[in-house]
Amino acid sequence: MNPLTRFLKKLSLLVGRRRFARELDDEMTFHRAQVEAAFVAEGMTPDAARLAAMRQFGNATRLKEKSHEAISFRAETVIQDLRFAWRQFRKSPGFAVSAIIILALGMGVSVAIFGFVDVALLEPLPYAAPNRLLAVDEMSAAFSRSNLSRADYGDWKRMNHSFSSLDAYGGAGYLLRTGSGTEPVPAARVSDGFFSTLGVKMMLGRGFLPGEDQPGKAKIAILTYGTWLKRFGGRRDVVGRSVNLSGAAYTIVGVLPREFEFAPRRDSEFWVPLLEKNGCEQRRSCHNLYGVGRLRDGVTIEAARAEMKAIAAQLATQFPGSNQGQGASVLPLMEIITGPVRPILLTLLSGAGLLLLIACVNVASLVLLRSESRRREIAVRGALGATRARLAGQLVTEALLLAAVGGLGGALIGGWLMLLLAHLIPQSMLIHLPFLGDVGFNTHAALFAGAIAFCAAMVLAGPPVLRLALQNQPGGLRDGLTDGDRGAAGKLWRRLGANLVVVELAVAMVLLVGAGLLGRSFYQLLHVENGFDTTHLATAQVMAKDNIYAKPEQKVALYREITRRLKTIPGVQSVGITTDLPVQCNCDTDWIRIVGKPFHGEHNEVNERDVSPAYLATLRARLVRGRMLAETDDRNHPRVIVINEALAQKYFPGEDPIGKMIGDGGFAPDSMRQVVGVIANVREGAMDDQVRPSEYFSIYQDTDIFFAVAVRAAQDEKAILPAVVSTLHGIDPDLGVYGESTMTGQIQSSQSALLRRFSTWLVGGFAAMALILGVVGLYGVIAYSVSQRTREIGVRMALGAQRSTVYRMVMRQAGRLTAVGLGVGLVSAIGASLLMRKLLFGVAAWDAPTLAAVVIVLGVASMIASFLPARRAASVNPIEALRAE
Amino acid sequence: MAKKPDLLPGTLDMLILKTLTRAPLHGYGIALSIKRFSDDVLTVEEGSLYPALQRMLLQGWVKGEWKVTETGRRARFYTLTAAGRKQLGVELSQFDQMIAAIGRVLRDAEEAG
Repeated sequence: MNPLTRFLKKLSLLVGRRRFARELDDEMTFHRAQVEAAFVAEGMTPDAARLAAMRQFGNATRLKEKSHEAISFRAETVIQDLRFAWRQFRKSPGFAVSAIIILALGMGVSVAIFGFVDVALLEPLPYAAPNRLLAVDEMSAAFSRSNLSRADYGDWKRMNHSFSSLDAYGGAGYLLRTGSGTEPVPAARVSDGFFSTLGVKMMLGRGFLPGEDQPGKAKIAILTYGTWLKRFGGRRDVVGRSVNLSGAAYTIVGVLPREFEFAPRRDSEFWVPLLEKNGCEQRRSCHNLYGVGRLRDGVTIEAARAEMKAIAAQLATQFPGSNQGQGASVLPLMEIITGPVRPILLTLLSGAGLLLLIACVNVASLVLLRSESRRREIAVRGALGATRARLAGQLVTEALLLAAVGGLGGALIGGWLMLLLAHLIPQSMLIHLPFLGDVGFNTHAALFAGAIAFCAAMVLAGPPVLRLALQNQPGGLRDGLTDGDRGAAGKLWRRLGANLVVVELAVAMVLLVGAGLLGRSFYQLLHVENGFDTTHLATAQVMAKDNIYAKPEQKVALYREITRRLKTIPGVQSVGITTDLPVQCNCDTDWIRIVGKPFHGEHNEVNERDVSPAYLATLRARLVRGRMLAETDDRNHPRVIVINEALAQKYFPGEDPIGKMIGDGGFAPDSMRQVVGVIANVREGAMDDQVRPSEYFSIYQDTDIFFAVAVRAAQDEKAILPAVVSTLHGIDPDLGVYGESTMTGQIQSSQSALLRRFSTWLVGGFAAMALILGVVGLYGVIAYSVSQRTREIGVRMALGAQRSTVYRMVMRQAGRLTAVGLGVGLVSAIGASLLMRKLLFGVAAWDAPTLAAVVIVLGVASMIASFLPARRAASVNPIEALRAE
Repeated sequence: MAKKPDLLPGTLDMLILKTLTRAPLHGYGIALSIKRFSDDVLTVEEGSLYPALQRMLLQGWVKGEWKVTETGRRARFYTLTAAGRKQLGVELSQFDQMIAAIGRVLRDAEEAG
């Protein structure tokens, strides 16, 4: 008979089990009656015959059970076991409730963190065949991945055979006239095939057609879904309409679907073709785009990388002036998008896993403790005929029930935690990591919860089943029935229980050290030397219309006017203007060459900042040599430059750089500048990035329509932000003003700070829970061992042991466990910290103060936890202890 | 009371199936029939009989049918099915092989002894 029909038959029997039982009953009654009749025929009295028949028949219930077992599912025994397990838990609700709470918390945390790992690292990007999409960019000695120049992009696209399509994108900003005035809107410029490379279909209208990104083609634009709703009222006739971006009319040709998302340019409202080459794009040496390519079928990423590197090398020989040292960076697009959060998420997941481990171990020791007190029950059941397999099955069922209820609770807690954490992620972080906002309890999370619940069940079932197996010796089970043999079984418990406590303490130590190191990194990061006074500094980004401020003189006039007017705001001490605010990025670089130094066309890449004369003073940067930029350093005077110490040390080692000349690689006349001053390093890049050589030009000599203002306030810088914005609008209502914030706010909300703050708090939370669980576990072991040894202690005291001796005995046991736990923990903690050193900043994985502090915290907590049972042991009344037996 | 020899393990199914080739019988009838045909040597315990019957029902080797006996009582009569007949063949040949094998061993042992 095939398994299916067999199964169906079983199923029908299960459904009709009552009828089945009745039929079996009838059948057996009939049988008994026949036997009885046979006995009567042999000459027995009816009464004797009935008794004889019953005797011959044996235990009717057992017989029925056996018949039933022959045809029933194993599941029915499982249900029996489950019912029994439930009754067991009802009998000791304290145990069940605490075990379930511990498990649910442990699993909830894991499930929540997994939710984020899932959306960030496991969920594919929302594009067609996303694993074939690669980020194709340039690289140089200073940057492992840098922008792509438009000329290089054109050559790469033409020369490569690895990609079925290779496209480029870059940022842009436009001023959009709205009913309430002029608003700067973020936008993106892309090559013609960008959307088809990603595999994105327009919701309305069409995408860009081949060739539509070439200079001279019509100005067209694609809207994001959000922009379409917000600015165009979601009207379907928007396609074909015109929108004015920074004074130029763009025809809307399409609307992106709602689910479209491109993390690197997430906030872009308008997507336009590359079209005209801007100032930067006219030079091969100026890098402002990023590439994205779709791998041809059958081409590996390594092959593509090798080909692009070869092409880059070819271009380097062809255009040494611009391309020498420019390599190619080919990485999975996923890596670019989720790379920054991967180490932190993996660290958090490991932390959550450790917490879950400690929770499971804690509950396992509770289960073990209980199985100790249920020894007699199990022995009785064994004596009554339960097989070892049946007993083990019962224990496993109990573990499964605990884990299942715990897992269910964990799933609920996890789902809730996910929403809570997603809520706590600041907007500034979501901009870069939009996928984190999509977190929620889904099938993946449910599967994960199921999987960890199963693992937890295995951990929980392990010790008692092991126990049962170890008793697999002659008389093993029977021993449980006799009294006064606590020594033997207690030994097993002590050994296993003690090992579990060591595990708990070690894991707690790992988490505490992790939290401590992350906390110290965070502190170090926020107290890193920035080279300027970050307090009382208000900032805002400004964008001027280039058709109004076309000539350099007009821009210089604007800078002067802005500086003058902002200074009139009450409480403002000084005002500076810069193209890039500090603590943002090591970007907007320039290649320099120094007069009188050997030069072989190498790219000496340094940060370039165009700043107003008062800017560095407004930052309170420290002048080391020479002078700051002056109001007279304008277009009518020789070009000058202020450099930072890093530049001075790198390019003028052991020399006085003042008076030296710096130019571009070709010493073009308009690039030559004289060094007039050296300042102490001002941190331009992120806080966890190293300080790089930087140069400061006078913005009067190198003008730009994109710039930022830095305003030094006497008091509360936040309070003057509205006045800064309104003053700027007062100067010219068409100025786009955005990103107004305080410098401390920017530092606090920078990605490097946010990621670390997040991980510090979360791992800190895990560590606190682990500390509690570990110490409670230790307390449990010591307290249980004391309660088991009450009689022994009584005897010792009756024989003259002092209370202090008893104290010492208990404390020594606890001390040994703690010492072993801390020792194992110390080694594991250093190992774990080495694994997460990417997240550490300014602190070594073996940071002695952190390790010492954790050892002290754990040690003191453990001593307190063992002091309580020790006191109980010492206050044992020998007479009572002996009488109690 | 002298102890009767136990059934050879694994032969119960075969005996039941063989018994049912003669006529459909109820459980008591099967037990009685085996006892009689074996001249009271083999006794099928009720404790083994009914689980075995349930198992065979599930395997589809026998069919159960409620009928009234000649004494006017309701009883479940078991009938051999085609699958049961096939199974009987299988078990008989296995049994023959085993008996032959045991016989060979015993003969050899006697000769050697």
